[in-house]
Amino acid sequence: MSSYRVAGKGRVDTGKPVDFTFDGKTYQGGVGDTVASALLAHGEHLMGRSFKYHRPRGAVAAGSEEPNALIGTRRGPGRFEPNTRATMQEIWPGLETQSQNKFPSLKFDVGAVNDAAYMMFSAGFYYKTFMWPRSFWDKVYEPFIRQAAGLGVSPTEEDPDHYASRYLHCDVLIVGTGPAGLAAAKVAAQDGLKVVIVDEHSEAGGTLLSEPQAKIDGTPAWDWLSATLAELKATGVKVMTRTTAIGYYHQNFVGLCERVTDHLSALPDDTPRERMWRVRAKRVILAQGALEKPLVFHGNDRPGVMLAGSAQTYLNRFGVLVGKSPAVITSHDSAWFAAFDLADSGAKVQVIADTRAEVDADLIAGAKSRGIPVKLSHTVTATSGRLRVKSVRLNPVDGGSVGAGSNVTCDALLMSGGWTPSLHLFSHTKGSLTWDTDLTTFLPNETPEDCIIAGASRGLWGIEAALKDGVTAGEQTLDALDRAASGTHSYAVENDRAGTGVTHKELLTDKSPGKAKAFVDYQNDVTAKDLRLAVREGMRSIEHVKRYTTNGMATDQGKMSNINGLNIAADALGKPQPKVGLTTFRPPYTPTTFGAFAGYHRGEHFEVTRKTQIDGWARENGAVFEPVGQWSRAWYFPKPGEDMETAVRRECVTTRNSVGIFDASTLGKIEVKGPDAVEFMNRMYTNPWTKLGIGRCRYGLLLGDDGFIRDDGVIGRFGQDLFHVTTTTGGAARVLNMMEDYLQTEWPDLNVWLTSTTENWSTIALNGPNAARLLAPLVEGIDINDEDFQHMSCAEVTVAGMPARLFRLSFTGEIGFEINVPAPMGRQLWEALWAAGQAYDITAYGTETMHVLRAEKGYIIVGQDTDGTVTPQDCGMGWAIGKAKPDFVGKRGLMRPDLVAKGRKHLVGLLTEDDSKLEEGAQIVFDPNQPKPMTMVGHVTSSYQSDAVGQPIALALVAGGHDKMGETVYIPMPDRTIKAKITSTVFLDPENTRLKIAKES
Amino acid sequence: MLLIHCPYCKETLPESEFTYAGQAHIVRPEMPSEQTDAQWEEFLFLRANPKGPHYERWRHFHGCGRFFNAVRDTVSDKFLTTYPANTPKPDLESLIGDAE
Ligand SMILES: [Zn+2]
Repeated sequence: MSSYRVAGKGRVDTGKPVDFTFDGKTYQGGVGDTVASALLAHGEHLMGRSFKYHRPRGAVAAGSEEPNALIGTRRGPGRFEPNTRATMQEIWPGLETQSQNKFPSLKFDVGAVNDAAYMMFSAGFYYKTFMWPRSFWDKVYEPFIRQAAGLGVSPTEEDPDHYASRYLHCDVLIVGTGPAGLAAAKVAAQDGLKVVIVDEHSEAGGTLLSEPQAKIDGTPAWDWLSATLAELKATGVKVMTRTTAIGYYHQNFVGLCERVTDHLSALPDDTPRERMWRVRAKRVILAQGALEKPLVFHGNDRPGVMLAGSAQTYLNRFGVLVGKSPAVITSHDSAWFAAFDLADSGAKVQVIADTRAEVDADLIAGAKSRGIPVKLSHTVTATSGRLRVKSVRLNPVDGGSVGAGSNVTCDALLMSGGWTPSLHLFSHTKGSLTWDTDLTTFLPNETPEDCIIAGASRGLWGIEAALKDGVTAGEQTLDALDRAASGTHSYAVENDRAGTGVTHKELLTDKSPGKAKAFVDYQNDVTAKDLRLAVREGMRSIEHVKRYTTNGMATDQGKMSNINGLNIAADALGKPQPKVGLTTFRPPYTPTTFGAFAGYHRGEHFEVTRKTQIDGWARENGAVFEPVGQWSRAWYFPKPGEDMETAVRRECVTTRNSVGIFDASTLGKIEVKGPDAVEFMNRMYTNPWTKLGIGRCRYGLLLGDDGFIRDDGVIGRFGQDLFHVTTTTGGAARVLNMMEDYLQTEWPDLNVWLTSTTENWSTIALNGPNAARLLAPLVEGIDINDEDFQHMSCAEVTVAGMPARLFRLSFTGEIGFEINVPAPMGRQLWEALWAAGQAYDITAYGTETMHVLRAEKGYIIVGQDTDGTVTPQDCGMGWAIGKAKPDFVGKRGLMRPDLVAKGRKHLVGLLTEDDSKLEEGAQIVFDPNQPKPMTMVGHVTSSYQSDAVGQPIALALVAGGHDKMGETVYIPMPDRTIKAKITSTVFLDPENTRLKIAKES
Repeated sequence: MLLIHCPYCKETLPESEFTYAGQAHIVRPEMPSEQTDAQWEEFLFLRANPKGPHYERWRHFHGCGRFFNAVRDTVSDKFLTTYPANTPKPDLESLIGDAE
């Protein structure tokens, strides 16, 4: 048996040994041990180094509030997790753990030089140090901050585990399985009520696990506990352990993170590592208990200095003495009981020092009967020991002055500064708090949620008080659910340890307070001196003090440091605590893995990927894809050996010389139908629609009421009351939402139906001088020529035997068609056109070539050439505006003073003088010789190589550009300044001669 | 996550089915062209930012698709009521009375 394990104590099964490693060394514990309890059983207190000063640290607590004992845990490749609390991680055979923040080793650490430079690293250190000179940023400051930032080391491999997520609806959710939670559950457990009780620890019981001496109604606490749990389970109560309530959200929505496999040596198949439960509970009972406060004194962070209640837990729950000759310093009765338990288990308690002048006579008698020396009215002014506490200096205090100290040798120092109710989840509910002067702590007041807080989490100490309060909470909960409690529940507890105490700011010291390293926030190395300095330097709000000092900003979220920090800051400010206020508690309660939040949404399931019916063909034919919104779109189709540029140039040339085929199925499509369809179109789009004949189509421009371009697309009229609207690929949902908004809320009198048909049609575009020749033989129902089916026509026809809506339109400047067939026929049509196209050396092309071809004609891409501040006039598209219409969305907006002002940015073409291709996004200036910072007058929106034009082309937004045709602008780049000439946006065939279908001879 | 009552579906459903759609009871003028710049500015840009009950629009996007109005307390985030679009503002005092 390990030398600090006490036979017959605790709940750890030492008959079932478990070997694990810490920093490469093998240790043995038992089933039920945590890493911390197993290491302490071997007398190992040193478990980590602090973040800023790299000071040696040991476990100070026994639960999830632990700030110091953070370790990395490993289970083979990919399964490494930093910052695990050694006090929560259960051991299993083969578990590998390692300490953090140490170099080269935990016992000898180079970074501890920061500790010697303590005076340099005081409050506001980051703000004061990393300022000047500017040149130090890249080489000195930033690497330093990056090196210092963050705890532990992130894993680099992909996480092989999977994470589950579940919903749970219940009548009552109880957080905490201590006496209050269990008593509440017993009352609430009724037929027909779904009750769930959760606890973050590996077993239920809370305080009861640390207080086996108590007897509840004559039954020893642990027997009562197992009987109660059995009874609850038999009544159908869902008892969940290893499950942390991480956050309390609106309307009783509580997040639970259940750790499913982290305690198992062999991972079962098909089991998630963690499961996130999203619980909607009709009523919630919070019974999270209280957290013990450390005392703040010089050297209170040395390994072996530990919360007294945690020492009691290590003894009673884990059967481990944290020291064989411990000393005790306390301001609360509870530490006396801890000392008694350790003494009764064979420890030689060196001294109980209490800051109070008077202590309950029973406690004094208890110490006497055990032969423990007692020192009242004492403070602690120092500890010694490099990697483990060796002695403590205790000084008498008389009337506020500190007398001469005497050293007491010890191998552990138990401290208690009293208890703080755990108000985290209660605060998540926006619950208000009240300051209790007697307890020197905040207590819960009112919450807007359907929630009751019970037991120690509202300042009631002792098992009997907690049980009784749990009963009341259970009864009130039943009442709120219109249920009556069955029977009466009452409890009598023997050997209960309800105690009292006082709260301090930092303890009085016999040295200069400025030299004392009295830690308030262990994890962030914030001392009492730092807090006082922050106040001296002008911080007034507790939120500012927190950010300036980083007190409470560590991963423990100030569970131990908040109230001590507040007491010290309030003292420094000379204000009562409630006037200084408490910082905000935010979810999650404890650090939670990204995996648990992501759940199933990872890898290919991270987001929906939309694919067209032609996607399979594109993949089989070597397409490279790009994401466009949620769509995966073919970007270009390289032949063997081709890079992107070569492939795109070939696709462009073939399309302009013969014919290209393009999958346009992702275009948004909305069917606008009804007697008032034309009126609706007139009001929504800038263009006039009344005179558009059936079988004709028109380019439509959609503005917001602010006058800026929102979307565009070609719209065909297939009936008096039927428009086939197309939108941009990314804008489809937005446009439909906007249309629905106006239709439902502004013009409910219009009789129109809007239907998204994007997914109902497969849309294939054919472009090029041979497009009509290719298509004509396949079309039944209309002749494909300039007389019967002129440019900007549409018709319902049959194409290759398939029913189709056929459009003749062009976004390339070539003869063009868009063939819509019922979506499932998309690939069949594509293959028919592909086969027929072989005679014309047809090319499939992707989005990149589409962008080039349209840019050569100066057609805008909404969202690329426009950015939400561009009007139709800015784009040279004033022609698209139906000026005679009394109103349309954006008409009044276009008259706004700023939109008719001179000097707006206009969309223009740019041709570079040296035939170089500009960078999209590059800034433009008129005068390259002006002093920096230069006045930027616009930017490049689109830029491509263009064989058709014979040189690279670009579109750009330039201030007053329409009035500067032929003038030169400059694009300063890191290596040189490029000259470019402003041109029309139409680089190719401005007379549109290429749109004509030649008569076949 | 909030629970929201759709006045059309007559069901109380999770927030993730709904999208927010800005302040309610802002009526687009019958004839915008006749609006002064100041009037149009007010319609287009000026919005209330109350601490307390706020009239706002939501859309049951992943449900019936209808826009509706709501009164939500911006402090507590509680919905005081929801009601169909194009119906008058409910009486605030009676709502607050109900809530208390
Ligand atoms: Zn609905």
